[in-house]
Formats: sequence, C-alpha cells, structure tokens
Amino acid sequence: MSIPQLLVHDRKDNVGVVVVENLTAGTNMTCVVTEDDSDFELTCNDDVPIGHKVALQDFSVGDTIIKYGEDIGKVVAAVKKGGHVHTHNLKTKRW
Amino acid sequence: MSRTIMAYRRENGRVGVRNHVVILPLDDISNAACEAVANNIKGTMALPHSYGRLQFGEDLDLHFRTMIGTGANPNVAAVVVIGIEPEWTKVVVDGIAETGKPVTGLSIEQNGDIATVAAASRIAKDYVHWATELQREACDISELWISTKCGESDTTTGLSSCPTVGNMYDKLLPEGIYGCFGETSEITGAEHLCAERAANPEAGEKFMRIWQAYQDDVIEAHKTSDLSDSQPTKGNILGGLTTIEEKALGNLEKIGRTSRYIDALGPAEKPQMGNGLYFMDTSSAAAECVTLMAAAGYVIHTFPTGQGNVVGNPIVPVIKISGNPRTLRTMSEHIDVDVTGVLRRDMTIDQAGDALIDMIARTANGRNTAAEALGHREFVMTKLYRSA
Repeated sequence: MSIPQLLVHDRKDNVGVVVVENLTAGTNMTCVVTEDDSDFELTCNDDVPIGHKVALQDFSVGDTIIKYGEDIGKVVAAVKKGGHVHTHNLKTKRW
Repeated sequence: MSRTIMAYRRENGRVGVRNHVVILPLDDISNAACEAVANNIKGTMALPHSYGRLQFGEDLDLHFRTMIGTGANPNVAAVVVIGIEPEWTKVVVDGIAETGKPVTGLSIEQNGDIATVAAASRIAKDYVHWATELQREACDISELWISTKCGESDTTTGLSSCPTVGNMYDKLLPEGIYGCFGETSEITGAEHLCAERAANPEAGEKFMRIWQAYQDDVIEAHKTSDLSDSQPTKGNILGGLTTIEEKALGNLEKIGRTSRYIDALGPAEKPQMGNGLYFMDTSSAAAECVTLMAAAGYVIHTFPTGQGNVVGNPIVPVIKISGNPRTLRTMSEHIDVDVTGVLRRDMTIDQAGDALIDMIARTANGRNTAAEALGHREFVMTKLYRSA
C-alpha cells in the first residue's frame, strides 16, 4: 500500500488527520484506520496542512466530532465531507 | 527485557545516569555566588532560579521539597548549597544529606559573597576530584526511574510519539521501573479516562480530587472568559489540535494500553508505594513539569513533541521523540528518536517503543541527548501563590 495521506485513530471517528505536507484540494487520499489497519479513499476538498483534520462525513451545526472514539467538541459551522475541520468550525463543549 | 546499563550506584542504592556536582542556591539572591563558584570550578553546575524568600505554608514546603529533591536526585554526585542565611540553608542540606551523598551548606550574611565564593569553591573543587573518580557499574534498566511529559503537541503526537512512550511503559513497568506522568491541566477533557486508569480506587479518587482542585482553585478563580486561546496553545493550534479534549486524549496515550498508576503525587513528591506508574500534580509548562519530576527522583525524562519543543533540564537527560516529518525536516537537531515511520505506516508502535527503550539505555550509558548537547538547562521552580 502507498504511504497514507490521512490517518484515523478509531472506527468510530468521524474525522481523520493529514500526515503529509503540502496536501492540496482535490487529492484523492489513501486513508488508514490505525485501530485495525483497514483503509479507504477520500477526496480532500481543501488545502489542509499536515496535522490538521478532515471531515469523513457531512456535518451540520451542533453535531459532535469524534476522535480516539471520544467526543472532542461540537460543530459551530457546517462542513462537508472532505473539508478542513479546525477552530473555524469546531469548538469544545466545555468552555 | 532485562538489559544491562552502565550507571552510577549512589550511597542510598539508587541508580543515577549522570554525575553532576551541583552548586545549589537556596534563594534568588544567592544565584550570583553560585554562578561565581561554577565559573571558578570546572565540572560543576550552578542552578539559578527565581524564588526562595518570604515563601510560607504549602508554597514554602514545595520550595524545600524541590530544592532537596534536586540535590538528592541520583544524577547528582555531590552538592554545595549557598543561601543568604544559615537556617533555611541547613533545612536543604539536611534533606539532601539523608541520601548519604556529600553536601555542604554556606551562608552569605556576615560573610559576603567574596568570602563565601572562596570557601565554596574549595569545597566544590574537592567534590569534583572525588566525583570524577566514581566509576559507572553494571545496573539493570529496570532500576531506572523514567518520567514523561509532552510539549508543543499536535495531532501527530497522539498518533506516534505519545503512544511510543506508552509502549515503552507497557514494556518496562512490568520489569520494575518507576514511571511518572502529570500535566493536570492537560488531562482536562480526558479526566474520566484518566480516573479509570488507576490501579486502585484510592489512586483514582486522589487523582480526581487533584484535578477538581485545579479546576476550582486555578481555572474558576482566574479565568476571564474562555481558555480556548491558551489551551490548546497557539503552537498546538498551528499543529492542528482544535480542542482541549483532543489534546488531552493524545496526551493520555503516553501511559500506554495496559499501564495503571498506583498513586497520585503532589508536585515534586517522592513516590512512596514502590515501583510502578505514578500521576503527579504538575503544571503543563514543560520546564516546570520536568523540574518537579526530577525533584521527585526521576533520572531520565521522555518527551514527545510534535511542533518541536526544545526544553531540557540541568540534571536529567530529556529524550525527545517526534513523529512529525515537518519537524524532523526543519529542526532535527532537537530530536533523539525519529518515529515518523509510524505515520508512513512503515514502523509499528511496538517497533517505535523498542527504539525508545534502546535510546533510554544509550542515554543511561552516557550518550548526551539533543537537549544536553544544545545546552538546554531549564530549571524552573513551581510557585503556588504570592510570597509574603
């Protein structure tokens, strides 16, 4: 298998992490779930920096983002599958 | 996984991996004298810091505990303590002397800096002659006390360098090492999972009391609106971490899959329940946290980083682990263990853990870490509240 562009921790996660530099919009990414080494493909809609997250599904405001199989916060601006997920559309529920 | 290392067996039986002669200021105004002694006598090291006057209560207890613990650390062969007055100086000297190692205290009042520096320099010179004749001897890797804290984390730390440390703990804790993790503020978001990782209900309850006290006494008492601008930090956010929960979940990867902590310690508190993993109540600021763990007696620190934290410690070698290929490209001089293969899927976490254990053994044998070679000696006292 080629070197993956996106890693996902857990089968329950709905976001993955870009693990290569200079990823550009339109790239068809090889994605690997580290929990069980399963893989899938996903097209990235944005230029996403290394370490940043990509949505694995469409999200509406109020949806919960799952990473490590756990709740990491709520969607505060809608984002499509393949879109960049970060501080502009995801916020902690805590503060 | 028995593995022989060559290290220093101290008077109290503990194993040290460095052989420092330390010139330790009791207080901020004794820094100048200590630095003068360290300049006079090659092979010694002064540890200047910012506090030690007019502290009281729990804050003073922590100051003494950090001073005594630093001098008592097995990586230190001998200590000269200099303070402004003799009484508090004696508290620190007596505490260090319990280890059986050579320690002498001097005070400046009614002597002045110049006479104090002259007297301290003669003692320090004798200590250097003595310490430099000590020989490393065969010890087992299981005798090490190994702490951890991550810094400038990003999403790659949770995927690679933090689980590398976790894998090391899962392999070495059953062999008999002492482990330590902390960062009370950065467990926030995963405190329920951390509570579940206690080996017994008492340890879990103690952890939750420490964590709740931090929320009440620090966050609720001092927050202005929202901590989203400081936790995650700007560096974390640049690296792709968005929320404190996401950061905490990655942080907790450092304690592996099977490891359980047997007690929750106060800052710089020495473990009292035998070998195993301990949680310690610490700040998440790198230098403060490593200083506290060193003062509790830990002799090697493992430090996962994503975006590239450069911290070191004067007496404890800090081993940096990173899986971020951009960081390895831009600042590889700071990284001791490259686990970028985990992200490429050509290195497993098991292999990464073995690579870290190998680097721990080499570091214990004397290899200088990146932070040591680059001169990073951050020694930062934790202050609980304003002085009197």
